[in-house]
Amino acid sequence: MVRQVEPRSDADPVARRLRDLGFVDGEPVRVLGQGPFGGDPLLVQVGYTRFALRRAEASRVIVEALA
Amino acid sequence: MTAATLNLALVGNPNCGKTALFNLLTGARQKVANYAGVTVERKEGRFDTAAGRNVRVLDLPGTYSFDAASPDEVITRDVCLGAFPGEPIPDVIICVADATNLRLHLRFVLELKRLGRPMLLALNMMDAARRRGIAIDVAALERRLGIPVVETVAVQRGGADALRARLDAAIAPAPMTTVDADLHAEVRDILAAAVTMPSRTAATDDALDRVLLHPVLGFAVLIVLMFLIFQAVFSWATPLMDGIEAAFGAFGEWIGPALASMPLLQSLVVDGAIAGIGGVLVFLPQILILFLFILVLEESGYLPRAAFLLDRLMLKVGLTGRSFIPLLSSFACAIPGIMATRSIQDPRDRLTTILIAPLMTCSARLPVYTLLIAAIIPERTVAGVFNLQGIVLFSLYVGGIVSALAVAWVIKRLRKDKSEHNLLMELPSYRVPHPRDLAIGLWERAMIFLKRVGGIILALSVILWFLSTFPAPPEGATLPAIDYSLAGRLGHVLHAIFAPIGFNWQICIALVPGLYAREVAVSSLATVYALGGNEEALGAIVASEWTLATSLSLLVWYVFAPMCLSTLATVRRETNSWKQVWIMTAYLFGLAYLASFITYRLALGLS
Ligand SMILES: Nc1nc2c(ncn2[C@@H]2O[C@H](COP(=O)(O)OP(=O)(O)O)[C@@H](O)[C@H]2O)c(=O)[nH]1
Ligand SMILES: [Mg+2]
Repeated sequence: MVRQVEPRSDADPVARRLRDLGFVDGEPVRVLGQGPFGGDPLLVQVGYTRFALRRAEASRVIVEALA
Repeated sequence: MTAATLNLALVGNPNCGKTALFNLLTGARQKVANYAGVTVERKEGRFDTAAGRNVRVLDLPGTYSFDAASPDEVITRDVCLGAFPGEPIPDVIICVADATNLRLHLRFVLELKRLGRPMLLALNMMDAARRRGIAIDVAALERRLGIPVVETVAVQRGGADALRARLDAAIAPAPMTTVDADLHAEVRDILAAAVTMPSRTAATDDALDRVLLHPVLGFAVLIVLMFLIFQAVFSWATPLMDGIEAAFGAFGEWIGPALASMPLLQSLVVDGAIAGIGGVLVFLPQILILFLFILVLEESGYLPRAAFLLDRLMLKVGLTGRSFIPLLSSFACAIPGIMATRSIQDPRDRLTTILIAPLMTCSARLPVYTLLIAAIIPERTVAGVFNLQGIVLFSLYVGGIVSALAVAWVIKRLRKDKSEHNLLMELPSYRVPHPRDLAIGLWERAMIFLKRVGGIILALSVILWFLSTFPAPPEGATLPAIDYSLAGRLGHVLHAIFAPIGFNWQICIALVPGLYAREVAVSSLATVYALGGNEEALGAIVASEWTLATSLSLLVWYVFAPMCLSTLATVRRETNSWKQVWIMTAYLFGLAYLASFITYRLALGLS
């Protein structure tokens, strides 16, 4: 489950976009797969939608494991 | 009485079916495909409502939020805010949302509502939603949102009738909401009240992604798929091409004698027009087969998956997975490919993608490749199933790709800044392509091609015929007539530049009209050799009169050469900079010359 998105700088467009896409507090997320080279990018499901996120982007999302 | 024209704008998240809806409403045929970022410009169309009210509707690029991240999203925002120069603020915003993806799409609906403009929600893809057992309580949704909601199926005839009917009734401005409300919380509330969903995702998507995005399997599938496409382009098309060729040959033989009393006219028709048209038309089957595959890939939703698989590799050379889609389109033609780069958010990634797009082998180069390959590579089967000529063709494509990656890498090196590049890409649901849509797509491609053949290619062929026929040789001339003509002289001048890479002067002549349409290079050669559109005879000449080194050098030249003025014009428009155009021309020319030189010298040395 998502806790929050941590911006990298004051005006971090990636963090804003991630929030717009639904990475917000309390939203369930799952990593469903990884790319073939170096495990990048990640295949992430949030809401009903799948996104490809690079690890650098995904690392902004602070999550909490659910049981 | 009919009221004044109603201005509508179709707005919504990427890939929710805005363009499909636009096409259904207006009868237009804008490009629809299953990935985000197909529509990169605003497009306008007109239709009448049931009551006869005149409507002007805009199709806009998709956007996730007004916090625009790429040039195409800026267009949408500006139009909605009435800040787009020359575009009135829309009377009604038609917000389109994918009914299977409301958690994401409703947030933007709420953001749009804040504008306080008259607004209507089109719940699109209701067919897919029903199939997945998603139940939406439209009345509850209308109550919660405070705006009219209609269900639509943009890919079915009559699927927008409810929308069309609703436009005749008055539409009130959306009720104001507090600006700092948490939109995500509101979306969750609305979903809880109005939507029941048996599962978060479609089972087929899950299953397909497990295979197609598998780190090993998925990558293998991608490679096999790409290889299959090129094999098919080469082997499926052959019977059709033979048929077209035979038809043109017969036509030339029939019309030739009929004009025998007027040798000049006979030559114009047979060597100019028929040679020009026939020489290019034979490639229609190959081009259509290539497009069939591209259309299926686009509509199925596979392309963003391929981008996912390749992202890391592309990142290594300073690109992004997103570059994959524009680059793949460039195999058809670099012009739509370069325009498609608008959906790349990072301006640096976008520029690099534009600069290397011409290295993707566009379909106009196929004729040149096919001619030369057929002439110099024996028709043989390798390892039981593979066509040797197909393999050579595949390696020319690979050659283009590899050098594109190398160029991108050099650009990345030259660029000093090391800040982050982004991917952040939605992977849409898979869809089975509609045979009718595929047929329409192919038909349109064929028409574009035929118009080119009947227009610029015919014109160039005739002009070239004049240039290579006049002035006529003087009395008692010893050399072939073309040596005395304007084209011949031009060829000899250019020859000075291209001799070091093994081109003869006939090739030099053919390069010039090729600047306007690459395909013409082949038929130009036929005209220069006065062969009357006979591909086979040209093949024979290539096989017997050109050295292997010359043929190889020309093949390699075509992998790189900046031989297309329309592409350069598109780059100018998209980058708004002559500097980029010059950089591109210079580096492509340099690369082409260098690579051809090396090939020529190596081939000479080895033979
Ligand atoms: N099943 C189904 N597919 C649709 C519908 N509307 C659009 N599509 C498909 O959804 C994809 C995206 O459509 P497009 O019009 O390009 O979306 P846009 O990005 O919003 O313009 C295409 O593959 C369409 O064929 C619909 O109502 N039902
Ligand atoms: Mg569109």
